[in-house]
Amino acid sequence: MHDIMGIINLGEDETAMRDIAKSRAIAAIPIAGRYRVIDFILSNMVNIGMHNVSIFTQGKSRSIVEHLGHGKEWDLDRKKDGLFIFNPYINPLDSSFHKGDIKNFKDQLDYIKCSKQKYVILSRSYMICNVNLLDAFRYHKDSGADITILYKKIKDEKDKFINCDTLNINENGRVISIGKNIGKENNLNISMEMYMLKKDLLIEIIENSISKGETVYLKEAMHQQIRKLNVNGYAFDGYLGCINSIENYYRVNMELLDVEVSKELFYKNGYIYTNVKDEPPTKYTETASVVNSMVSSGCIIEGNIERCIISRRVKIGKNAVVMDCVIMQKCIIEDGAVLQHVILDKNIEISSGVALRGSSKKPLVMMKNQKI
Amino acid sequence: MSREKKEIIAMLLAGGQGSRLNMLTEKIAKPAVPFGGKYRIIDFTLSNCSNSGINTIGVLTQYRPLELNNHIGIGTPWDLDRKDGGVTILAPFMGAEGGRWFRGTANAIFENFHFIEQYDPEYVLILSGDHIYKMDYSLMLDYHKEKSAEATIAVINVPWEETHKFGIMNIDVEGKIIEFEEKPKKAKSNLASMGIYIFNWKTLKKYLMEDELDKKSHHDFGKNIIPNMLKNGRTIYSYVFKGYWKDVGEVKSLWESNMDLLKEDDTLNLYDPNWKIYSRNPVRPPHYISTTGKVKSSLLNEGCIIYGEVNNCVLFPGVVVGENSIIVDSVIMPGVKIGENVSIRKSIIMSNVIIPTGTVIEGKDDNEITLVNQ
Repeated sequence: MHDIMGIINLGEDETAMRDIAKSRAIAAIPIAGRYRVIDFILSNMVNIGMHNVSIFTQGKSRSIVEHLGHGKEWDLDRKKDGLFIFNPYINPLDSSFHKGDIKNFKDQLDYIKCSKQKYVILSRSYMICNVNLLDAFRYHKDSGADITILYKKIKDEKDKFINCDTLNINENGRVISIGKNIGKENNLNISMEMYMLKKDLLIEIIENSISKGETVYLKEAMHQQIRKLNVNGYAFDGYLGCINSIENYYRVNMELLDVEVSKELFYKNGYIYTNVKDEPPTKYTETASVVNSMVSSGCIIEGNIERCIISRRVKIGKNAVVMDCVIMQKCIIEDGAVLQHVILDKNIEISSGVALRGSSKKPLVMMKNQKI
Repeated sequence: MSREKKEIIAMLLAGGQGSRLNMLTEKIAKPAVPFGGKYRIIDFTLSNCSNSGINTIGVLTQYRPLELNNHIGIGTPWDLDRKDGGVTILAPFMGAEGGRWFRGTANAIFENFHFIEQYDPEYVLILSGDHIYKMDYSLMLDYHKEKSAEATIAVINVPWEETHKFGIMNIDVEGKIIEFEEKPKKAKSNLASMGIYIFNWKTLKKYLMEDELDKKSHHDFGKNIIPNMLKNGRTIYSYVFKGYWKDVGEVKSLWESNMDLLKEDDTLNLYDPNWKIYSRNPVRPPHYISTTGKVKSSLLNEGCIIYGEVNNCVLFPGVVVGENSIIVDSVIMPGVKIGENVSIRKSIIMSNVIIPTGTVIEGKDDNEITLVNQ
């Protein structure tokens, strides 16, 4: 769709992500063996033909900039439009950052105003799904709503979406209030934090909120519109993963071992694109034993793997046992090491004979670039 | 059009039909044949150029070039999308005096004279897109300059019993070539030409022009240009290459070369981060091996889903192996879907073939490689 621009706001709460978000934004966390969290929403956008997408970072942008480059992998290296990455401006007087994210949008208002598109899809990166945004957009236009928020109806999955926004929707599909999932209720409408609206309305919301000074967060400013405008919900019924805590990160990775889930997530409404490294195929030797695992390219596997997500260029030595683990790129697990319920960040070396164990509820998380 | 002068440019001969690969090259040129679970044969030569710092390459195509052209594109995977130079596809063309197919390796270069001249190079590297090997051409160029040679030919020791299949060099103690024998019955040495030549462009130009006028010539480097230069006493040196090198010109050697990658002592080593082999990367999730899947001694790539048993195989992206199927000693090309209870032994299954449940594919005896294209 040539008439929609995308804005991805990376001001996301990282506190529950522990060490894996220490040096990178949630959007840049490696996931599913070869992707980064942001790949999903970005691919969903380009898969419906959107070609003007901006990323508003909230600091820690090195890995996100490195990953996205000029947007080539998403076909966003364009002469007209393409990919834009905006970092928050620093206050020149005292080198401080402002509170909240709305000023970031105000600072880039020129870009938003100059963009030729009439509509905006405003999103975050932490919701993992393969959604047909065109269907949602058609619904938005047909319903005549001012704003449409995508959500997923859940039953008995409240733990997977702790701290997420919930939509209170009346019988006409209208959002009447927005709350938070604190783990009390079972039947919930989880907000995917994807909003569709006219660009002019977004500009108005940003400008109003700045001039009135009522809020410093764009999300709050959006939510304040519920009373004044016609805000609708659009129900998405596909797979939804939520990366807002390390437990959820682990859970989503493990859920991908279900072929039905991964087929939907990686193929249903188009492919998920990522920055691809030139890795050779993965080599399994005579001594390898691999069960129920997802393995990326460039690995050399000589040991035993069960229920794991293995990123590119990982080496697993003979007689090593790796179970229920998420192993990020370039890790080396030497002969005879034993790992269970562990998340290894990238570039970790586990020496021969070392044993590390977490639990299925509380996986052990190891910080990147170290030798154990 | 004037361009920046280049010290060396490469001319890559990629027009071969590769008829001994039979069904594999029915629809595509030999250099475009898939290899090693990810690549196409030509990726090795293109990556060698890129890794050797040679960034001006003319690729001469002729036979069924569509897939090859698509694959090469503007050379982005090999970092060859350059402002000046980069990769240029050179197909046979028509001129004011008519046009014709390339009539041999030397003629193909002659026909693209103007392409080479616009870079005014000192040296021209002649390559073929038919071989699997990793080689630093910049070291060969250093050697060529050090020897003040007019031509240098890369050579490799081949088993004596195979010398009759190659162009064989007889050299002196200095490495200077004194005699060149094309496919000799009784070879005097086992140094075979790898079809990789560095020429001083000025010298080559002269010999190409003379050869073009020679009505009896085959217009071939091995048969005509090199022997003519030797006859005139030109200085040609041999450059001995040590390492993995394979001409994958037959179904059997293509299969063998794939199987070589699975050996413990695999000498090609695709995993060296300092000499990566580039190709187009598949847009697929990582491969998945299910609770019923078993994989040993194999190469697997993105998008494969394995419910059955895979032993000693090379699988390209997007291959599905159904439950209770057993695949042994085989090469399975991209997008092949194998149903349940299938048995495949010592075969090459070509791209996107669907193998129905219960199929058995194997040769009559242990020496036969079965090739399946539908």
